[in-house]
Amino acid sequence: MSQNTAVISREDVLHLAQLARLAVDESEVERFSGQLSDIVSYMDVLNTVDTANVAPLYTTAEHVLRMRQDEAQHIRTREQVLSNSPEKNDEFFVVPRIV
Amino acid sequence: MQDLTELSLTEAAAALKDGSIKACDATKACLDRIEATEGKLGAMLHLDAEGAMKQAEQMDREGPDAAKPLWGVPVTIKDALSTSTMPTTAASRILEGFNPIYDAYAVQKMREAGAIILGKNNMDEFAMGSTTANSAYQVTHNPWNTERVPGGSSGGSACSVASGQCFASLGSDTGGSIRQPAAFCGCVGIKPTYGRVSRYGLIAYGSSLDQVGPLTRTVEDCARVLSVIAGWDERDMTCSPNDVPDYLAGLNPDSLAGRSVGIPREYMGEGLSDEVRKGIEQATEALKDLGAKVVEVSLPSTEAAIATYYIIAMAEASSNLARFDGVRYGHRSQKVEDLQDLYKNSRREGFGEEVKRRIMLGTFVLSAGYYDAYYKKAAQVRRLIRDEFVAALGSCDCLLAPVSPIVAWPLGAHQQNPLQVFLMDAYTCPINLAGLPSLAMPAGLGASGMPVGLQLIGRAFEEGTLFSIGSALEKKLPALGRPKGL
Repeated sequence: MSQNTAVISREDVLHLAQLARLAVDESEVERFSGQLSDIVSYMDVLNTVDTANVAPLYTTAEHVLRMRQDEAQHIRTREQVLSNSPEKNDEFFVVPRIV
Repeated sequence: MQDLTELSLTEAAAALKDGSIKACDATKACLDRIEATEGKLGAMLHLDAEGAMKQAEQMDREGPDAAKPLWGVPVTIKDALSTSTMPTTAASRILEGFNPIYDAYAVQKMREAGAIILGKNNMDEFAMGSTTANSAYQVTHNPWNTERVPGGSSGGSACSVASGQCFASLGSDTGGSIRQPAAFCGCVGIKPTYGRVSRYGLIAYGSSLDQVGPLTRTVEDCARVLSVIAGWDERDMTCSPNDVPDYLAGLNPDSLAGRSVGIPREYMGEGLSDEVRKGIEQATEALKDLGAKVVEVSLPSTEAAIATYYIIAMAEASSNLARFDGVRYGHRSQKVEDLQDLYKNSRREGFGEEVKRRIMLGTFVLSAGYYDAYYKKAAQVRRLIRDEFVAALGSCDCLLAPVSPIVAWPLGAHQQNPLQVFLMDAYTCPINLAGLPSLAMPAGLGASGMPVGLQLIGRAFEEGTLFSIGSALEKKLPALGRPKGL
């Protein structure tokens, strides 16, 4: 996928799926390759816009941030925080053994 | 007996306040309406009829509270907003059975104002879509013609409001998700200025674009609900500390003399359907009749807006949705050998097709070697787009534009081609990039018999101007009446 003429190959789809932690099957790889290529090709319309010396705009919020005291607060109980976990014990979220 | 669900929120709130309607009557009327229409509409993902009636009975025992502007008013909430008393799924399988432990700020404000929350509205999964057909749970139908889409992603909210299931709903708008369904269903909705309403408790999609806002049946209703939910919240650092002005003060002016309204040339060009064009032309004439000066303005970067919007929205989405990992909440796959499997399979099983596509694209534009070419480039174009809006609004009080190039389309149309549906956002997503407020409202019915919407786009934090001009315009334009598809 060369820059700005990107066509997203099957290998690219597999790489992106790995970065995004998404399992994909064979038919999805095929479909995403075609659809993502179409969309990314369309994105190249941006190359027609002259942005020399234009600073990126990442947010439109312009106010000065209000500061607060950096103090720990107890606003949730452990029970509340764990309440939606698919697997937990009395104290922790439980995940498969890592080491 | 009068059908209470035909009242506006303003009328209902006044009658509840003076005791001529009981909270129980209003709630019962909405629940009956939901029961009568929901089989055809599918607007609700979760209904708490019992909780709502209990709350209404309790409120009636205590009597009206004049300090609460929405005392006893039944409302619904888009399922993207966290509710501590009801499940919240964002219409995704990955959040099936999720019960938030707190209310979103806007939900909390609605409760404090005395509103009764009936339930949660269907939407496109994680607000990604413009049909509400991307919900993992059900399809929502347009109340004007049940063979057509209600728009999206706040399609359940717009459908509920337009059909009289509630008096108002809260939605969210990242690239048009309040305004487009409002236009498709013939109701009113505002995307406030970025920072006007706290995003605390809103399930994030594109964080630099997302805003929470109301959907209602009239402009005045919309002003009333925004008054309730706007304001500073320390839990959202992008939330503005600016004072909230009195949005009701400037409503219903007799004349718009001295006002000027700009029409962006690029929004009236090729691709705009005849019936939508006619609606905008009628609104233009109505504005002139009211004494407003109408001028043409130009937003030259409009053509690049869709690509800019999707790059930024998908980049932010891929980052925001990384939190769904099957560990702390949401779906966890049973097919797990190790931690990587847990992430990959939980996400594969939990996310729908459109969500995966946007996560992949967002990952692509943020990945090494492509970041500058796509994400940074889009952020630069975003500044040009914003500057053009600010310049155009320097000489006008607001801009008038269509919301969607076409009216609500048939269910199932455009499903095979994701790019084609993206192109429909051309008139709404630039306003999110610019962070400006935009009020969507009905312009009338088109030749197809479906509602046509218009939007009034304003300067940052000047929602009051939009409500003022919009309320005058509303009285000049044909009233739509009850949706005819029911």
